[in-house]
Amino acid sequence: MAETPKIVDRRSDIASIGKSVVIKGELSGSEDLYLDGEVEGSIVLNGNSLTVGPNGRVRAHIKAREVIVHGKVDGNILSAQRVELRRSAAVLGDISSQRIMIEDGAYVKGSIDVQKDVKSSPAQASVPASQAAEVTK
Amino acid sequence: MFKWLRGGTGQATAEGGREVLSRSKRHSSALKELHRNLAREENISILDLGATSATNISLFTGKGMKVCTEDLIVASTDPDLQIKDFDGNPTYDVDRFLKDNLAFEMRSFDAVLFWDIADYLPEPLVKPVIERICSLMKPGGHLLAFFHTKDAGPNSPYSRYHIAGEDTLDVQPIPRKGSGGYYKLLRVFNNRHIENLFRDFASLKFFLARDNMREVLIIR
Repeated sequence: MAETPKIVDRRSDIASIGKSVVIKGELSGSEDLYLDGEVEGSIVLNGNSLTVGPNGRVRAHIKAREVIVHGKVDGNILSAQRVELRRSAAVLGDISSQRIMIEDGAYVKGSIDVQKDVKSSPAQASVPASQAAEVTK
Repeated sequence: MFKWLRGGTGQATAEGGREVLSRSKRHSSALKELHRNLAREENISILDLGATSATNISLFTGKGMKVCTEDLIVASTDPDLQIKDFDGNPTYDVDRFLKDNLAFEMRSFDAVLFWDIADYLPEPLVKPVIERICSLMKPGGHLLAFFHTKDAGPNSPYSRYHIAGEDTLDVQPIPRKGSGGYYKLLRVFNNRHIENLFRDFASLKFFLARDNMREVLIIR
């Protein structure tokens, strides 16, 4: 009898927040995170990567080594290495990173600054989402 | 058939009963001149007001420029902006639009890519938007704008402009979300209208393209 092929889900190796989860406040950690739910506040993952899934709704400033967005982000993204905006992504905020990859179809409203060495600014990452509009424009 | 398609290589196909317009290439003399002018400057900041183009963002950031993007046409279709005046007549909430859009702290852009947005913006927004853009640019900054001529026809679709070379644009018609159709021209400006619209700017240079487009390079 043929063996059922195993589906390797990369997400099982990393921390994951499901689409029915809503978090308000500061989200920080020292491991990679897949976020498909809602977060309002700030996200700090120094040295780790954040993936915002297609159902992800983030109203927060993000600070991480690598940020991949499929869903919606309303806030600034500060990445030490790389930002990827996939075709379904919508970002309202400023992006600062060493490298950026944007797929056709992604929506961006804000500034994009690609720098060789992105200095992380703790103050920038901890600004409350309610002030985001003032900060991002 | 489909003579309103811009450029020489664009084609329309049917997909699920809907008309789908393909991308086409067009030559742009104004873009060439803009490139030439910007080549003399350093630490350039660019404001792209057209539909988000990954190609443009990669191009500019690859050259070390700072890019700000904002899709004004999509923003202008927000149904909350349609309000009624004291007499109950439909009107447009211009103040709210300007509060939510073009609200950059930076007021020293070296170049603004305005593309053909003026032809598709709701009428009450055209003048206030251009005044706001003027205030965001540094003196001597460049604004690249396109205007359709009457011969382009009312069905000329709103498009995303990808910069494909120093003087070449890749034009991608953008379907209107939900409707299945395309944004249509709301008006056609003549040269006098354009000059009036940008009267607060220092100079305008017109380029008449062969594809029913009038290109204008405007200096703040």
